[in-house]
Amino acid sequence: MSQPFRRPSGGRIDRSRPLAVTFNGKRLEGFAGDTVASMLIASGQHLAGRSFKYHRPRGILSHGSDEPSALLSVDWRADRGPGYRDPNNRASVVEARDGLVVNTQNHWPSLETDIGAVNDLLSPVFVAGFYYKTFMWPRKFWDRVYEPVIRKAAGLGEAPDVKDADRYSNRHAHCDVLVVGAGPAGLAAALAASADGTKRVILADEGSEPGGALLNDTTATIDGRPAKEWVAGAVATLDARENVVILPRTTAFGYYNHNHVCMVERISDHRADAPEGLARERLWQVRAGEVVLATGSHERPLVFENNDRPGIMLAESVRAYLNRWAVLPGNELVVVTSSASAYRTALDAKAAGMRVSIVDIRLEADCGPEFAAAKDAGITVRSGHTVIRALGKKRVTGLVVSPIGRDGTIGEKTTLACDCVAMSGGWTPSVHLFSQSRGKLRFDVELDAFVPGTSAQAERSAGACRGVYDLTEVIADGAKAGGGELAPEATASFTGFQPVRVLPTDADASKVKAFVDFQNDVTAKDIRLAVREGFESIEHVKRYTTTGMATDQGKTSNMNALGLVAGILDRPLPAVGTTTFRPPYTPVSFGALIGPARDELFDPVRKTPIDPWAEANGAVFEPVALWRRAKYFPRVGEDMHAAVARETRAVRTHVGIFDASTLGKIEVIGPDAAEFMNRIYTNAWTKLKTGGCRYGLMLREDGFVYDDGVVARLAEDRFHVTTTTGGAPRVMRHMEDYLQTEWPDLDVFLTSITEQWAVIALQGPNARKVLDPFVTDIDLTEAAFPHMTVKTGYVCGVPCRLFRVSFTGELGFEVNVPADYGEAVWKTLYEEGQKHGITPYGTEAMHVLRAEVGYVVVGQETDGTVTPDDLGLSGLVSKVKPDFVGKRSLTRPDMIAAGRRQLVGLLTKTPDEVLDEGAQVVDDPAQPIPMKMIGHVTSSYASSNCGRSIAMAMIDAGRERIGETVFVTTPAGFTEAVISNAVFYDVKGETADA
Amino acid sequence: MLLIDCPYCGKRPEVEFHCGGEAHIARPETPTAVGDADWGSFLYYRTNPKGVQAERWLHGHGCGRWFNALRDTVSDAFVATYEMGKPRPDRDAATASTPSNA
Amino acid sequence: MLERNLARRAPTVSPLVSEASVTVRPLDPQGRLAFRIKPAALAGRGTIDGFDLTGAINSRTSPEADSGMRTALRLGPDEWMLITAADEVDERCEAISAALTGVPHSLVDVSHRDVGFSVEGPGADVVVNAGCPIDLAAKAFPAGSATRTILGKAEIVLARLAADRFTVTTWRTFAPYVQGFLVEATRS
Repeated sequence: MSQPFRRPSGGRIDRSRPLAVTFNGKRLEGFAGDTVASMLIASGQHLAGRSFKYHRPRGILSHGSDEPSALLSVDWRADRGPGYRDPNNRASVVEARDGLVVNTQNHWPSLETDIGAVNDLLSPVFVAGFYYKTFMWPRKFWDRVYEPVIRKAAGLGEAPDVKDADRYSNRHAHCDVLVVGAGPAGLAAALAASADGTKRVILADEGSEPGGALLNDTTATIDGRPAKEWVAGAVATLDARENVVILPRTTAFGYYNHNHVCMVERISDHRADAPEGLARERLWQVRAGEVVLATGSHERPLVFENNDRPGIMLAESVRAYLNRWAVLPGNELVVVTSSASAYRTALDAKAAGMRVSIVDIRLEADCGPEFAAAKDAGITVRSGHTVIRALGKKRVTGLVVSPIGRDGTIGEKTTLACDCVAMSGGWTPSVHLFSQSRGKLRFDVELDAFVPGTSAQAERSAGACRGVYDLTEVIADGAKAGGGELAPEATASFTGFQPVRVLPTDADASKVKAFVDFQNDVTAKDIRLAVREGFESIEHVKRYTTTGMATDQGKTSNMNALGLVAGILDRPLPAVGTTTFRPPYTPVSFGALIGPARDELFDPVRKTPIDPWAEANGAVFEPVALWRRAKYFPRVGEDMHAAVARETRAVRTHVGIFDASTLGKIEVIGPDAAEFMNRIYTNAWTKLKTGGCRYGLMLREDGFVYDDGVVARLAEDRFHVTTTTGGAPRVMRHMEDYLQTEWPDLDVFLTSITEQWAVIALQGPNARKVLDPFVTDIDLTEAAFPHMTVKTGYVCGVPCRLFRVSFTGELGFEVNVPADYGEAVWKTLYEEGQKHGITPYGTEAMHVLRAEVGYVVVGQETDGTVTPDDLGLSGLVSKVKPDFVGKRSLTRPDMIAAGRRQLVGLLTKTPDEVLDEGAQVVDDPAQPIPMKMIGHVTSSYASSNCGRSIAMAMIDAGRERIGETVFVTTPAGFTEAVISNAVFYDVKGETADA
Repeated sequence: MLLIDCPYCGKRPEVEFHCGGEAHIARPETPTAVGDADWGSFLYYRTNPKGVQAERWLHGHGCGRWFNALRDTVSDAFVATYEMGKPRPDRDAATASTPSNA
Repeated sequence: MLERNLARRAPTVSPLVSEASVTVRPLDPQGRLAFRIKPAALAGRGTIDGFDLTGAINSRTSPEADSGMRTALRLGPDEWMLITAADEVDERCEAISAALTGVPHSLVDVSHRDVGFSVEGPGADVVVNAGCPIDLAAKAFPAGSATRTILGKAEIVLARLAADRFTVTTWRTFAPYVQGFLVEATRS
């Protein structure tokens, strides 16, 4: 396609840099500085998509981010393979460059011939709420017929079906003043705020270059010079200031508490030369001392029949295309307006050589100086006229207009031939970010708009986004918001408009499609219907009709919808309310939001020092909190069941080696350490001798079990505390909380040493034999080194804290060595262990082994509502200590009430049946639903050592019911089990407790 | 995200902090001497005001200290932060300045 | 049998090369001691065993002549990270303990817990700010600052040695993530 509608000169495009994009498979030509929308217009193509519901032909409405209709699927890097396409890009903001592949959406087989357009004829079916009314029955049909069909027929672009191949980056930034919007108000604010060189200023604008609405303007002057020179001067001044960061192509989309503003910067989409690997977008999280919102305003469309025909555009957008991009949106222009500003469009279009006439809803008497200006330029103005309908289908071909009589009657109709319509129903300040910041909006009757009222944060709005429209005032307002003063003399702007919700017509309103929301295909009659059916709150109307939803969030449509509802209800507009503005302001890619947090950077994966050995030896891993732990070590041909059976047997007959490095470890040091331990744990610690270990139980203040672990006393004033793997951070916080806030008088200090030590557990009858050759300064004999003691010395020549402990019931040691030595020590022990039948085992075998001997796992047997007595551990609760965390709660009435759930064993009637963990337990499976649940299974395994399945469960008054039969839910129904003691295996030989 | 003025580190982003609920609820000196109802209140009952409330905050990914803060539960504005053990400052939300668009 | 210290200190992370102007390098092993003491208990001792403890909270003090071998990072009102040569940990522990006999304090060797990286080059602050939310402006976090904070989803200790030179220290299991995150950030 050539560029028949390109003006011979002018515009902010670089004619020395031609380029081409592929549009629906065809070549579309343009210049650097173009958008896809301006290139389409240059080629004479206005049809740019099919609508959401009715598949009506749609064109380009706007020139900015509020575009509701011209939505394109864009493949940003078609030359680099799949993964670079995304849907629903607004043609008006996609910057053109070589290599771009764009396609229109929501049509089949083609944009020109769309079968779905039959929906337009069926539209009586698709009225507001049609989902709710039409597809009620039969119920089954919803999932299988109605929804799939509707989903296919209605909608916007197609979601990408492959992984996003682009990179996205992230940046935190702080500044004193953040200015959002680089139009005249924002530039003035940034100039004023940055005059003080100690103030850090960030100026962000969603467009490709600063200037805002002044980029569309070729006639305005500021201090006698063209406005664009003022813009260039302001930008040069800001650029030269080291305290200013200017961010073009950066949309502030979310305004959160404490002036936390999230912005997305588009880094590479517009660059044909972007090197591979350059991030596509950057998420900025800015924390600003003050925020200046200079976000401008959105022009309102006019609502009349067929107002969505391609070629019908917003008036300011027509002006933007003419002046900024030097393209003619047509040859024959009708400006339809109730707003003075549209006269500028008429004047500029006339100057550009278009044939122009104006249809003004207002009476001549209600117009300002713009009227005379149009007359002087020889433009026909039809004041006091309305538009009955637009003609044409894929492109507007004419408007039927008529004068409005004094009593509102429609006069004689005239058809004005045209190929372009510029419409303006006035302006709506862009208060989205202000509203997101929780500022209170105020309705201004004069401006017919919601404007910022009371700020909730250190924020000011300036310029058009608070209803200040005259250029001189806008600049002064911006400067004031930036904390300074600027008072240049600018060309007077044409301001003021007369609010019109729906243009007067004599057509049958119930049959007319006059669009309020272009993106969601919501017409004036849909809104009338919704109100008639009782939806009076705008929030309800919005949900029922979907007006103001989807990707444009009703930037162009909201005020018309509100005004329409208020008019039907005959209430003042503020009484109808306004919808809540929520982030994001414009659509944000998921990629930008997650940034680098994907693939290997999705989450830290914590690997122990012994992990490389486990990986090399075929371990199957499982995640435990952020850790990855070896779950089992299958040999060739083994499944998990077989591997775990072998590993658990080996521990009871020979020796197993287990990586326990993930256990949380805290070093508790200070003269008051023992007293602190007394207060934090249920047990008594004062009498624990140096070198002794004790199993400690920790409660929350409410008396429920919080964590557990073995604690070693290394010295009078030093304890080595272990916690559960997942519990380490919260236990540390819990301890530090009490130390700092309740007992600041205690001299105790905590240090996390989880990662300082690699922990190798040797468990089984041969454990001592494996260890013996590598220990020279520790006597390993039973007499010298009994169960539940600790010694420091050297293992394999490296410093070691050696624990004689067991989580299996067997003879056991836990070898703590500094982490860097962990793998070497493990390998040494493993090699030596070959003589003694050593077997590495993983977390699954560890769980089975501890369950066999009845040890609980906090977080598996407990769920935050379990007391020590519920677990049968009341022996660990000191009766003599006057106080410890949780003690008082243990005597609250409910904590000692009869019938509490207690830990017991469950043995299935069929010995090889393994219960589901979490399965519910009932007394009588024949009872009516809802049944009375008497407990649940907490742990359940196939135990090779026991020769049958074993399970632990929490059962109401379970300890009194040992021997009784209960029923446990299974996927198929129920199975029988007998309540037993929770110890299943009788350890033979030299046991942990020998 | 909030910016919280840690009494030890100055203004730092919320992600470094952990909120520990209402402040100035002293653990009884001798819990065993407290009746069931009072102990129940100590454990579970909180005022949950609409407006300024004193809260415990931990600068866990920072200096590691617990401190107290006055926060407006409506606006999320931090009115004051102060060290543990110090009395609650006599301030209310009105002291937090809000500019206006008037 | 392994001789003591014979086992090579295997780097927990292999060096990842970045072609960007900011480099991210794993630091050689250092001796690192977590030191806790209530400020009142210091009783005017400004320096202990050559470690300068007079710095403000969130500062880094290092004797000029000693090129970082007796560095103290003050991370909280009662908490310091003392950095020394990897093979001097035992000597430092003994000397500090001797200097504080009878004074409640805590000194724990965490040399194997922590892994450090240097982040160096023009724009190093921007690389750190890719995942660290604190203000790194020269005014807010000048050279000589050090603090515990966040990088992405990991906790780090960040120290600034010069305008464009940082060290980032994290627990060893977070090190591959932290290194990957920083290198990724250098590519932007």
